[in-house]
Amino acid sequence: MLINARVAILFALVFSAGAVQANEGGHAAGWQREAENEVANLASLQRGARNFMAYCSGCHSLKFVRYSRMCEDLTIPEDRCLALLVRPGDKAVDYIQSSMPAGDAAEWFGKAPPDLSLVARSRGTDWIFNFLTTFYADPTSRQTGVNNLQLPGTAMPHVLASVQGVQNAVWTNVEHQGEDGSMLVTREFKSFEPGVVGSMNSAQYDEFARDTVNFLAYAGDPTQLKRESMGVWVVLFLLMFTGIAYLLKKEYWKDVR
Amino acid sequence: MSAVIEGKGGFRAWLNKRLPVDQFVEDQLTGYYAPKNFNIWYFFGSLALLMFVMQIVTGIFVTMHFKPGEATAWNSVQYMVREVQGMWLIQTMHAVGASFFFIVVYLHMARAFLYGSYKAPREVLWLIGMLIYLALMAEAFMGYVLPNGNMSYWGAQVIINIFGTIPGIGEALVEWIRGDYGIGDATLNRFFSLHVVALPFLIALLVGLHLVALRQVGSNNPDGIEIKEKLGPNGKPLDGIPFHPYYTLKDIVGVGLFLTLFAIVVFFVPTFGGLFMESPNFEPANPVSTPEHIAPVWYFTPYYAILRAVPDQRIGALLMALSIAAFMFLPWLDRAKNKSMRYRGLASKLLLAMFFVAFLVLMWLGLKPADPIYVTLARICTAMYFGFFILLPFVSKADGNGPVPERVTYHAH
Repeated sequence: MLINARVAILFALVFSAGAVQANEGGHAAGWQREAENEVANLASLQRGARNFMAYCSGCHSLKFVRYSRMCEDLTIPEDRCLALLVRPGDKAVDYIQSSMPAGDAAEWFGKAPPDLSLVARSRGTDWIFNFLTTFYADPTSRQTGVNNLQLPGTAMPHVLASVQGVQNAVWTNVEHQGEDGSMLVTREFKSFEPGVVGSMNSAQYDEFARDTVNFLAYAGDPTQLKRESMGVWVVLFLLMFTGIAYLLKKEYWKDVR
Repeated sequence: MSAVIEGKGGFRAWLNKRLPVDQFVEDQLTGYYAPKNFNIWYFFGSLALLMFVMQIVTGIFVTMHFKPGEATAWNSVQYMVREVQGMWLIQTMHAVGASFFFIVVYLHMARAFLYGSYKAPREVLWLIGMLIYLALMAEAFMGYVLPNGNMSYWGAQVIINIFGTIPGIGEALVEWIRGDYGIGDATLNRFFSLHVVALPFLIALLVGLHLVALRQVGSNNPDGIEIKEKLGPNGKPLDGIPFHPYYTLKDIVGVGLFLTLFAIVVFFVPTFGGLFMESPNFEPANPVSTPEHIAPVWYFTPYYAILRAVPDQRIGALLMALSIAAFMFLPWLDRAKNKSMRYRGLASKLLLAMFFVAFLVLMWLGLKPADPIYVTLARICTAMYFGFFILLPFVSKADGNGPVPERVTYHAH
C-alpha cells in the first residue's frame, strides 16, 4: 500500500528524529567548552584568517567569501593580503576555493570536505571549537589514526597534529541499565593526557583554535560588525521618533473626555 | 463634507469631481468613528497591515536577486546577502518579518478571544480574518521552503506528506502538490510562483475585504458593547472618536514601539537563538542527511505538537486540521450574551486562560524532540485545547450574561 508507506515515512520523520536527539542528549558531555570568541576582535580575526589559509584551505573552501572582501573587512592592507593570504594563482577578487579537486577529495576521504562558509551558523562556534580541540589518538581508526569527541568517526585527519600534538583519551567503564533491563557497560570519556607533543602548549592551541573559530564566525555572517554598529543608531532614531509621536498623540488626546 | 468638495476651485475640486479623494478620507478616516476606549490590544490590527506592507516591499527586493530552483536558490540567497548592497538588511528584515507578522497576528487573534470580537455582528469579519490566517500560513510555509536549506527541505517533506494521510487521494495529492516524486525543482518553482504572485494577491484581497467588513460593523472594544446604540445629536456615537486624527496618531506610537523591537531583533539577534532562523537551515538541502531534530518554525509548532501527540498519523493529521478549523466555528460556539471577558464569570475566564496556556505550551512542545514526557504533556495540552471549544457553548451560556455598563469605560488622560 503506497499510502501506508507514505504515512509510515511521515511517522518516521516526525518521531524517529526526535528519538535520535534524545539519545544524543542523554550523554551530558562534560568535556564540551564554549568557544568564547569575539567577532569584534580584529586581531583575532586576522590570526584566524592566517590559520584558515595555512591549515584549512587546502581541503575546505569558503566559496561565498572573496579574498578582497575578507581583507577589507579585517583591515588587512592589500599588499599583505596578496602576499600572505591569496593563494598563488588566485586573484584578490576570487572566492576562496579549496586547492583540492572535489572528485579526488571524495575518493581520498570517503566524502568531500565540506565548504565552511556557513559552518559557524549551522553548527555553532562552540561545536567547531570542540571539534578542533578534541582530536585524540585512536589506533582503531585505520584511515586517520585519530578520532574526535565532537564528531566521532570523523573522516578528517588531525591536520593540526603538528601544532597541537596528538593527545590520548582516558576512558572509564560505566555500568548502566539498558532499555530492556539488562546491564550494559559503556565507556565514558574521562580526560585527555599528553601524547605526541606539538609546537604549541594547550593554552596556546586553545587560542589558535579560538582565532580560527572566530574567523569562521565572521565568514558565516560578514556584515555582523557593520550591522550592530548601524543598529544602535536605528534603535536610537526609532526611540526618538516614538517619543515625539507619543507627545503628539498626547496633545491631541487631551481633548477626549 | 460636501462644502469642501464644492466650495473650493482649483486642482482639488477638479480631482474630486473625477476621483472621490476627499469623500474617501471622510468616509474611512475623519468621519469613521471608533470607540474611544481602545487599549494596547488594539495596536495589532494596524501593525499586521504594516507587516504585510513591509513583507511586500522587502519581498520585491528579495525577488530581484533570488533565483528559484534546486540548483540556484541557496547560492542566490548567499550572494544577495553578501554581495548586493543593502540586501543583508532587506533579506534579514524579510526573514525576521515573517516571525513578527505571526507575533502580531496571534496577538490580534488573542484580542478577539478576550473581547468577543468574533461575535455577532462580526462573524464575517472574523471568518475573513481566519482566511487571511490560513493564506498567511501557506505563504510563510512556502517562503520558508524557497531558500532550499536543509530544514526547508525536511520541513517541506513533513508538511507535504501530511496531505498523504488523506485516504484515497493522499498519494496523488502529494505528487500533485510537489509536481514530482520528491521535493525538487518543480516544487521550488511552483512555490516561488505561489509565494510571490498568487498568495500575496489573495491576502491583499482578503485584507481589503476584512477592512470593508470592519467598516460595515464597526470596531468592537474592550467593553464589548456597541457604541452605535448610543448616538449623539450629530448622529455619531457618543463613545466614538474620529479614527483620524485620534487613532492614526495613536497607531503611529504603536508603530514606533513595534519597529523599535523589530529593529533590535533585526540588528542584534536576527536568528533569535535559532527560533526565527533555525541553524540547520544554514546548510543547503541534503536529501540524505536529516537534521537531528525536525521542527517547523515557532508559529507552526502548536499544530505540529498536536500532530505528534497522536500515535496514529492519520488521526493526528485530522486533529491538526480540526484544531485550525475550530477557530471558524467560534462565533457560534460562544453563546454568551456579553462579548467581553470583562463581563463574564470566572468560569469563562478560566476556560480561556486554559486555552491560552495550552496553545503556548503546545508551541513550546512543538520545538522539542518527541520524548515520551513531552508527548504525554502534548496529549494533555491537546485535550485542553479541544476542551476549550467543547466546553465553550455551555460555559459561555451559563456565565456570560451579567450586567454590562451603559457606556464604555474610559478615563481621560
